[in-house]
Amino acid sequence: MSQELSIEELEKRFQEKIDAEIKIEPNDWMPDDYRKTLIRQISQHAHSEIVGMLPEGNWITRAPSLRRKAVLLAKVQDEAGHGLYLYSAAETLGADREETIDDLHSGKAKYSSIFNYPTLSWADMGTIGWLVDGAAIMNQVPLCRCSYGPYARAMVRVCKEESFHQRQGFEIVTKLAQGTPEQKEMAQDSLNRWWWPSLMMFGPSDADSQHTAQSMKWKIKRNTNDDLRQQFVDITVPQAELIGLTIPDPDLKWNEERQSYDFGEINWDEFNQVIRGNGPCNKKRIEDRRNAKENGKWVREAALAHAEKRKMKKAV
Amino acid sequence: MEEKKALFEYLLRLGDDSLILGQRLSEWCGHGPILEEDIAMTNIALDLIGQATNLFEYASSLGVDKRSADELAFVRYEKDYRNLLLVEQENTDFGYTLARQFLFDAFRKPFFEALSQSSDQQLAAIAEKSLKETKYHLQHSSEWMIRLGDGTDESHERIQQAVNQLWAYTEEIFEQDQIDQQLIQAGIAVDLSVIRASWTKQVQAVFSEAGIDLPQNTWQQKGGRQGKHTEHMGYLLAEMQFMQRAYPQMEW
Amino acid sequence: MSQAEWPLFEVFIRSKNGLNHKHVGSLRAADEEMAIQNARDVYTRRSEGVSIWVVQSSLITASDPQDADALFEPADSKIYRHPTFYDVPDGISHM
Ligand SMILES: [Fe+2]
Ligand SMILES: [Fe+2]
Repeated sequence: MSQELSIEELEKRFQEKIDAEIKIEPNDWMPDDYRKTLIRQISQHAHSEIVGMLPEGNWITRAPSLRRKAVLLAKVQDEAGHGLYLYSAAETLGADREETIDDLHSGKAKYSSIFNYPTLSWADMGTIGWLVDGAAIMNQVPLCRCSYGPYARAMVRVCKEESFHQRQGFEIVTKLAQGTPEQKEMAQDSLNRWWWPSLMMFGPSDADSQHTAQSMKWKIKRNTNDDLRQQFVDITVPQAELIGLTIPDPDLKWNEERQSYDFGEINWDEFNQVIRGNGPCNKKRIEDRRNAKENGKWVREAALAHAEKRKMKKAV
Repeated sequence: MEEKKALFEYLLRLGDDSLILGQRLSEWCGHGPILEEDIAMTNIALDLIGQATNLFEYASSLGVDKRSADELAFVRYEKDYRNLLLVEQENTDFGYTLARQFLFDAFRKPFFEALSQSSDQQLAAIAEKSLKETKYHLQHSSEWMIRLGDGTDESHERIQQAVNQLWAYTEEIFEQDQIDQQLIQAGIAVDLSVIRASWTKQVQAVFSEAGIDLPQNTWQQKGGRQGKHTEHMGYLLAEMQFMQRAYPQMEW
Repeated sequence: MSQAEWPLFEVFIRSKNGLNHKHVGSLRAADEEMAIQNARDVYTRRSEGVSIWVVQSSLITASDPQDADALFEPADSKIYRHPTFYDVPDGISHM
């Protein structure tokens, strides 16, 4: 047996595996910090999927057509599924789902701050799909190659389902942009409100990001925040132009030399305030999740009690 | 009445049942008692919205008037909706939602079984597809009725309470009028008096396993099929029709 | 906080006759029937699954990792330490 291996040796072998692109599986030895970082990242990700259901869920009952209602329902349901896959992945690291969720409810755990913004019009359903799911996909595709097996596989499943989310959103926005003046205005107003928060989704600038370097070395992160943000801007700006909407950034312009867009400064004060709990909807989002859990308690208890009783009966 | 007109009316009744219940269920999305159940309820809501879409599209295609499926779904006045009072009742809690669902599913399954034999090919096809979905719904709601009835004192109390309250809307399910009679004659519609026994059997079986008492002598509320709704309906429609009313005549 | 958490189940799906059941992930359910129903809703959306198996995760015994150098865990380690397998789709498009 190999119990004698020193921590240094184990860490060395662990890093060699990662460098050789061999997936780490739940049973494998891993550094404590790797486990902790992953649990934090995966559960944050799971929370974002679940809290992310709320701003869009806000419009399901008001969707303007049968088709839109069904698509939105299916989309929000997908996000519930994503949350579930991710909680499952976190459970393989020993993170119990209920405890993980309690951390969200107590404010200990974070989630994507974009979901603390309100959905004020139908156009927001389009903009969220287009920008927020678009940004999420950009973050998530590299994670399909993450070094931790269960997370990578969960992300493959998520990305497969995610592909229609952005398209349905862009379709909604396009329809509005080509519609009546009221509709066009609705679309532009929505873009104005969501553009900057979407850019913030990629996280703090690389210079200020605490986790990036170690996470890149462990391959639980594959690109830096700023790289992904730039990629997002470069892809999205022409899409907005195509449908005749204006990106609300006076400093936005094409940089021929970089073959990329230069864009204005993000309001990091706002970003930090929203993360600290001062966004327009932070309290409401957590309250909704807490209520769901609290109101469902008697249901979960009943199901368990019934299962117990039945087991007893069978045993007799 | 001209047969086409009767069929149109019949389709609205079926479509409204699915639409309004789907609308109610979709209110749960993001607020379910546990993630898995949230997903399950959304699936049922999706099935119901899908059924409503098929039924309204068929109704619209009959050419009785010029309204599209979406216009039928979203821009009628309250008095022109034909759904059962049962399906418009508020969610209240998971117990009410489940009891409402169960009482409806127990009707819908034998109903679609019979309707899939309709002489109207298109209606039969819609019924066949809906039947597959409804079997899942009924299994889901039956199992939950038993869990809640048998589970804890609290859950038993709550589900019995919900059944007692909703029982007043069960007679209406089997009401028939001239439109039913006419379409039954033509082999198109389902004779509700025939499937009633099957509903009763299912309800009794599940109640007995769940330890739920069958309510007795409940005064019955009716009127949904004639457009006389409960107070909840106006609020449901205000929400559902919001976009169509605030921005009339636009495409989305 | 309630201690009454539903148990964890592992889900296996055979998407086509002739193939093996494949582990697709896990979920929580109060009993086996619910686990099957939930698995159908969560992992197949009722279409791809021809056959579904569910088993309570705590009943699974996992082997030690292959890599003998990394043997640290006791042989009967619990399921939350065992690998999960998902289907890999043909290609993931960005939009
Ligand atoms: Fe997602
Ligand atoms: Fe998404």
